[in-house]
Amino acid sequence: DIDGVGQKYHLELVLEDVLDKDSTVNCTAEVLYHLGNNIPPDVQFAIAGELKNAEAADNIFYNRIKSLEKELVAENIPDSRGNVSPEMEPVHLLAWVASGYVIWQNSTENTKFQLAQIKRVKQVKRRDEYLEFDYTILLHEMVSQEIIPWQMTVLWHPQHSVQVTQDSRQPKHA
Amino acid sequence: SKMKLILIFSALFGVSLGLETFVGHQVLRIKTRNEDEVKKLQLLESLEHLELDFWINPSSPALPVDVRIPANSVQAVKAFLESHGIWYSILVEDLQVVLDKEKQDMACSQQRERSSNSFNYGTYHTLDDIYAELDHLASEYSNIVSKLQIGESYEKRPLYVLKFSTGGSNRPAIWIDAGIHSREWVTQASAIWIAKKIASDYGADPSITSLLNKMDIFLLTVSNPDGYVFTHTTNRMWRKTRSKNQGSLCVGVDPNRNWDAGFGGPGASSNPCSDSYRGPSASSEVEVKSVVNFIKNHGNIQAFLTLHSYSQLLMYPYGYKCTEPADYAELNALGKAAASSIRSLYGTTFTVGSICTTIYQASGGSIDWSYDNGIKYSFAFELRDTGRYGFLLPATQIIPTAEETWLGLKTIMEHVRDNSY
Repeated sequence: DIDGVGQKYHLELVLEDVLDKDSTVNCTAEVLYHLGNNIPPDVQFAIAGELKNAEAADNIFYNRIKSLEKELVAENIPDSRGNVSPEMEPVHLLAWVASGYVIWQNSTENTKFQLAQIKRVKQVKRRDEYLEFDYTILLHEMVSQEIIPWQMTVLWHPQHSVQVTQDSRQPKHA
Repeated sequence: SKMKLILIFSALFGVSLGLETFVGHQVLRIKTRNEDEVKKLQLLESLEHLELDFWINPSSPALPVDVRIPANSVQAVKAFLESHGIWYSILVEDLQVVLDKEKQDMACSQQRERSSNSFNYGTYHTLDDIYAELDHLASEYSNIVSKLQIGESYEKRPLYVLKFSTGGSNRPAIWIDAGIHSREWVTQASAIWIAKKIASDYGADPSITSLLNKMDIFLLTVSNPDGYVFTHTTNRMWRKTRSKNQGSLCVGVDPNRNWDAGFGGPGASSNPCSDSYRGPSASSEVEVKSVVNFIKNHGNIQAFLTLHSYSQLLMYPYGYKCTEPADYAELNALGKAAASSIRSLYGTTFTVGSICTTIYQASGGSIDWSYDNGIKYSFAFELRDTGRYGFLLPATQIIPTAEETWLGLKTIMEHVRDNSY
């Protein structure tokens, strides 16, 4: 508890590769939630070791999308039964990474968000080398149990990190 | 005539296709360590006379290479790999054996489906299909299983409970329910598997046999049928009941904030549009009232176990307040034992604790109600997973989830059997 500033948490965690359960790496982090909860928490972290190199898979995905004749459009990933087609798996993973940013920017000590589903994703044509996707995702907030639709525009290229250039909370249906 | 010639040619063509066999074909997985080895495999790829069929082509050292090799090229390819020190393993020793078995399995399961109305427990089903299977179980195991209707949902769908009993009169009983929150599909799916398991284990498994010789089990596989149908037809993420709220366009009440336990307290919303809306009053929801009435009228329920998803938690009261229940020590120990049983099967870890300290303060919850009404062994399970798929758990995980959950339930039920009160 830091008087006049907020609450700071010191964390020790283990990161596990979603695609390879045996691949883990230790991590330490400090999270500062500000008083008033209207600014995103500050996060500092250190990773003890290296994250796996995904260059080959990244390039395969990048080239596949680049060579599509029509812009990619898809809905409901995973579907009602939890299925994700192999072609859509990288699109799903990209959303997961990008939603991490949105979740961070909207977290307080009283929220716990998870990406529940990609409702819709549309590739946006670009003239440069980047790939751009316009996602509508559903975030599940554990404490209130609400499902919150959220729009996010995601930019990506194999040699650059994922960027969320625009995001906005969407109104819920009745 | 021309037609006849075409027919003969297509018949011959069809026959020749059918004659292709994979006897002696092997599938190898090759792991390259560097670009040089990748190039060697690409050279191999170019040798057409070997008739190699690459399921994963050589492209980068980071990815494995899977290749099907016709019988008469197998030795040559292995010699090549070995002479260059390239690592490989045999994925399939004889492809034809695998194909034959697959054909056999498919014919078998098709026949089974045709002849005995076989229910696939490893997939998600509609309400109608689940209800049909309840009838099927009650008829196939009529000596111990019967179906009761304990009420009707808001939209007038029957609320069916399976009773597992070997006789007696109002024996001490265990209550299990699933699907009170309709989007938690793995719970209804697990419940129907558990129903089959209890029925078929009687007489075969000593533990369940001794349990059912002393106690009854009541299983409500779909606590919120209106919500469940809605998740199939309209909104996969629907949680609540489908009751109309006076003065609001928003529909539904959170049935697990509607019980008469700290009702109206923190952790439940008073806004009808909220997914944790508590409702206008305690037990306002017919789905909740029906269970309350059943349990009160029975009068001899010793355990109340409810299934939710997701998060992998095993919780005991309280949710509406953060103070320990009187039986904290025993419930915590039993919860830990159950979590240990769950973990023994596939390594799935469940966190054990009271609702308030484990997730959040939440009023109007079912196990708080059951506990405060004298049912000591009150537990709420949150099944797989921890967020990767969340509510959209792939069907391939239904049976493993049901199997491990069953072990946890069994641990608790055995304790109840041996500690009647």
